[in-house]
Amino acid sequence: MKIVVCVKQVPGTTEVKMNPETNTLIREGIPNVVNPFDLYAVEEALRLKERFGGTVTALCMGPPSAAEQLKEVISLGVDEAFLISNRAFAGADTLATAYTLSKAVEKVGDVDLVLCGKQAIDGDTAQVGPELAENLGWAHLTYVRKINDVTDGKLVAERMTDEGYERVELQLPALLTVVKEINEPRMPSLKGMMRAKKAEIPVWGPEDLGVEADRIGLNGSPTQVWKTFVPEHRVEGEIFTGEVSEQVKALVQRLIEKKIVSV
Amino acid sequence: MGIRVLSDKCVGCKVCVSACPFGAITVVERKAVIGDACTLCGSCVPSCKFQAIELTRSEKVNTDLASYQGVWVFAEQREGRLAEVVLELLGEGRKLADTLGQELVAVLLGHDVAGLAGELIAYGADRVFLAEHPDLRHFLEDSYTQVLTDLIREHKPNIVLIGATAAGRSLAPRVAARVRTGLTADCTGLAIDPATLNLQQTRPAFGGNLMATILCPNHRPQMATVRPKVFKALARDDARQGEVVRVDLAKAVFDLKARILEVIKLQEGPSVNLQEANIIVSGGRGLCDPKNFKLVEDLAAVLGGAVGASRAVVDAGWVSYPHQVGQTGKTVGPKVYFACGIHGAIQHLAGMQSSDIIIAINKNPEAPIFKVATFGLVGDALEILPALTEEFKKAIG
Repeated sequence: MKIVVCVKQVPGTTEVKMNPETNTLIREGIPNVVNPFDLYAVEEALRLKERFGGTVTALCMGPPSAAEQLKEVISLGVDEAFLISNRAFAGADTLATAYTLSKAVEKVGDVDLVLCGKQAIDGDTAQVGPELAENLGWAHLTYVRKINDVTDGKLVAERMTDEGYERVELQLPALLTVVKEINEPRMPSLKGMMRAKKAEIPVWGPEDLGVEADRIGLNGSPTQVWKTFVPEHRVEGEIFTGEVSEQVKALVQRLIEKKIVSV
Repeated sequence: MGIRVLSDKCVGCKVCVSACPFGAITVVERKAVIGDACTLCGSCVPSCKFQAIELTRSEKVNTDLASYQGVWVFAEQREGRLAEVVLELLGEGRKLADTLGQELVAVLLGHDVAGLAGELIAYGADRVFLAEHPDLRHFLEDSYTQVLTDLIREHKPNIVLIGATAAGRSLAPRVAARVRTGLTADCTGLAIDPATLNLQQTRPAFGGNLMATILCPNHRPQMATVRPKVFKALARDDARQGEVVRVDLAKAVFDLKARILEVIKLQEGPSVNLQEANIIVSGGRGLCDPKNFKLVEDLAAVLGGAVGASRAVVDAGWVSYPHQVGQTGKTVGPKVYFACGIHGAIQHLAGMQSSDIIIAINKNPEAPIFKVATFGLVGDALEILPALTEEFKKAIG
């Protein structure tokens, strides 16, 4: 089984802070990490390889520094990794990103399964996975919490829905986006870390992938950021203190006034 | 294509430095310099008072924009019941359609769902495309994408709105990629630019720290997924008139690469349906022990609300993941949100701060949760929760 995992470099957002004076994000000194959801995809790919044999290839589209994130997944046991990086890819929205990644998956060749995290924690769009599947012409499932079986060119998986989950049979090749419930990611092994340290990460540019120039980067992106702004903070709340019974009575009274509780 | 600073216009005022969400701009010798961290997002361009930053992109228009007319709403249904977000989209879509002077269309896919068409009209639709086929009974990416894409190609809508539900977030990107247009995820604000008539799509970014307004100026349709509980549905008006157009699928053959083997609904029922709940009671680590989580469930039961949780207690195994609220869980916007013993990490706030009323219960008066609270109770959630449950019991009777 030939598996591709897509990973993204994101800022470690647990440390995102706002500068109260300028109302902007403070990004200095924030380390980049592998998008946390992608680590579940990596883990699942490694487990499938252990069950069914095959190889795991990681792909990442991003700046040159994203080679670090690919090294990290090599330390976990990924066989090979390629960085898709070039100024021509900059400014890509999800459509252009998905198209570019689809050309990379085709370049890897004979891929049976692509795994992605359910979304990236910086953009939170959850769009690249399904858009990548569409570009490849493959079936896809989102929010996958379990891969039950892979046999005879078919895969059975459980996907989460708003009301529960569904067990679905898919024809391979296919793409799945996975949620954190699917597994518990492993830690890197010492051997893996040694391998990662020595690993050379090949970089693929537009010529390597044979992409159409008007479908990548800014020019291939239908959406444009028109403006960004800091959301308004809500008005000062009313804080009750004192005896529990008094606080509770005061709150219920306010909710009756606001007609939230009908009496 | 690219970005550059026009050095004859730049005065080195540094406004662009703080406008850049990626910290990519520095000022060297009183001129802005854009570094490698630039993602070409364009945030700096309008911030410059001197028009000194130029972002050039191919303005190739892929189509005759004016031939795309109408605001469409994807009418997601499950087992013959409309998802609530559909009614909210019709309410907001009505405003957009009226501003543009275009019609509001609901697109209803399913099997034996014709009875829902009247409801869609009563909630604001001028027209309903009704596509019925056995392969559409249950949501599947293959069949739904095919029908929706064919309809878009034939009728050329200007705007397509889809609820940001589990199904909607899987369908929308598939459709957008097939028709090769832009898609904005999880919008919390929609408006029409009076000058260009483009759709302004506003969404949270960076865990809600920053809002971004996105345009799709040169491609049609303009597509967006919209979070549930953000917009208001219109009052139902059964006297409203509308047209139901049946989509002919008699000869349709779907290339189905997926087959649903089993549909499992969670036993937990309404308490876990966070995104459609009017009231959510959430618990966090301040409850000290998993057995105390029952206090949260008791209050939710009295109020008929759903049960939420912080990431910390889900990770600790107190409650299951479908209850998790926050950046890596669900985004909710109920009328009332109770945060009980929840400190209020930015990731949690990102998932609940659009709630109408937020009630924070926490021992620590400095906890960040109080910064977003409408009402705050300072004290031990273990004492306050049972008292509150009793008081509500009395009030409700």
